[in-house]
Amino acid sequence: MHSIPGRRLIMALFLIFLLLPIYWLVNMSFKTNAEIVSTMTLWPHTPTLQHYRRIFTDESWYSGYINSLEYVVINTVISIAVALPAAYAFSRYRFLGDKHLFFWLLSNRMAPAAVYALPFFNLYSAIGLFDTPWAVALAHCIFNVPLAVWILEGFVSGVPREIDETAFLDGYSFPRFFIKILVPLIASGIGVAAFFCFMFSWVELLLARTLTSVQAKPIAAIMTRTVSAAGMDWGLLAAAGVLTIIPGALVIWFVRNYIARGFALGRV
Amino acid sequence: MDKTINQKAWFLVLPVFLVVAFSAVLPLMTVVNYSMQDTFGNNQFFWNGVGWFKELLDPSTDLGGRFLASLGRNLFFSAVILAIEVPLGIVVALSMPREGWSVAACLVILALPLLIPWNVVGTIWQIFGRPDIGLLGYVLNHLGFNYNYVSNEVDAWVTVIVMDVWHWTSLVALLCYAGLKSIPDAYYQAAQIDGASRWAVFKAIQLPKMNRVLLIAVLLRFMDSFMIYTEPFVVTGGGPGNSTTFVSIELVKIALGQFDLGKAAALSLVYNLIILIVCWVFYTVMTNAGSERPVKEGAA
Repeated sequence: MHSIPGRRLIMALFLIFLLLPIYWLVNMSFKTNAEIVSTMTLWPHTPTLQHYRRIFTDESWYSGYINSLEYVVINTVISIAVALPAAYAFSRYRFLGDKHLFFWLLSNRMAPAAVYALPFFNLYSAIGLFDTPWAVALAHCIFNVPLAVWILEGFVSGVPREIDETAFLDGYSFPRFFIKILVPLIASGIGVAAFFCFMFSWVELLLARTLTSVQAKPIAAIMTRTVSAAGMDWGLLAAAGVLTIIPGALVIWFVRNYIARGFALGRV
Repeated sequence: MDKTINQKAWFLVLPVFLVVAFSAVLPLMTVVNYSMQDTFGNNQFFWNGVGWFKELLDPSTDLGGRFLASLGRNLFFSAVILAIEVPLGIVVALSMPREGWSVAACLVILALPLLIPWNVVGTIWQIFGRPDIGLLGYVLNHLGFNYNYVSNEVDAWVTVIVMDVWHWTSLVALLCYAGLKSIPDAYYQAAQIDGASRWAVFKAIQLPKMNRVLLIAVLLRFMDSFMIYTEPFVVTGGGPGNSTTFVSIELVKIALGQFDLGKAAALSLVYNLIILIVCWVFYTVMTNAGSERPVKEGAA
């Protein structure tokens, strides 16, 4: 009685709606360009791996994936590392300006990337980080750090205060308590927060494209290269797209049990 | 709340403060600086006061006209996608299977569109909607609709909206699902004893329990649709004409396309201010919703 009549049908239809465009992309990535342009086929009649082979052998292509993963990982590590103590502070203590600070963080999560594109370009050029993964990783902190603080604060608040107090009575120093007791207790929360940092850094394009030119170019920007004088290389574009979906699909699998709670920002 | 007052907590918050301030305050100051000046190139700047802001808010000028038109389009877009995604998300959340492997499978598939890079989302729909090589465009055209998102404004709008529904309804659904999961079984048993109808259960139990997450969902969706850039840019490029040019697209055109720093900066500030106001309302409502609850429970 929790659910509504016809729920199986609704769910099935919605999942088909979600999967159909993705299927079409996968389908195209295994077709030759001749087949894509000349006929409308529901599955590849002459399946080929040529597009994938090209991406994995051409350095200008696969380096894009490495660059993207590089800044995503740096960003996730920085975000979680600085957000953990802050989340504890927001959850346990009241201090001067805490509410204003929290709101200020939140407002940065909501700020449009387009506003920051140009000033970031100037800033990171000025300090010599332009076209390195560090520039993109730091730029993505502007929305990922507040998000990580927000999610982790929800999870830390779920840990009873008595645990802190007992640990301090037992003679734990603060850093030792933090690493030995608190971090293992909210391990699932850290996983969820890391997942979200990974996700938002992975899907963002505007800043990543603005802050890189050659060396650290992300895969998303390299994909625009498939437009050439000879027309679009649809098969290659589709194959590159499919490969960008895979890392996301892998991480979802690991956090699938916490995903719903994470999307509610640890507040359910 | 039994939070203790401890100013030393600032030391724990300091790293976050420094990292975010580095990325937020310095660039914002640059924007404020640019918004008051004009340049003829060569790094020569001239004081322009509030000139750009006047121009921006005056619909008769080129800049103002473009800004207000794109703002209008953006608000309309946000309204439409909220009107579709919120009810649809609730229905999908209510349709989730209750247990077994199918729950995990549904969750993973639901979350899939959220993890696709935004330009790839654009690419997927660009391909999917094309009349020559895309399934959707092909089928629609063979059913007798003259569908072409490149040349027809209405088709472009429909494509962008369907794409956003495809991309983000899962977020609303997952949030609602998290809210529904937190309802204890006892509520449903009580409703069953009272002989409550399906609709009554939804209205009296499920909807109130989803209040908070729905609020998060509505505001996140509003914010993100209000600053949408990549997906429509890839699919329609803001066209045909200017019909799907949203505020962010207009801003990037002015800032990085024309390199009109003053105009872009003024637009950025006004744009940011709108977001900030909505964000403040969101924050106030959220924190009030959080603090009201224990009071009510105490009074009952």
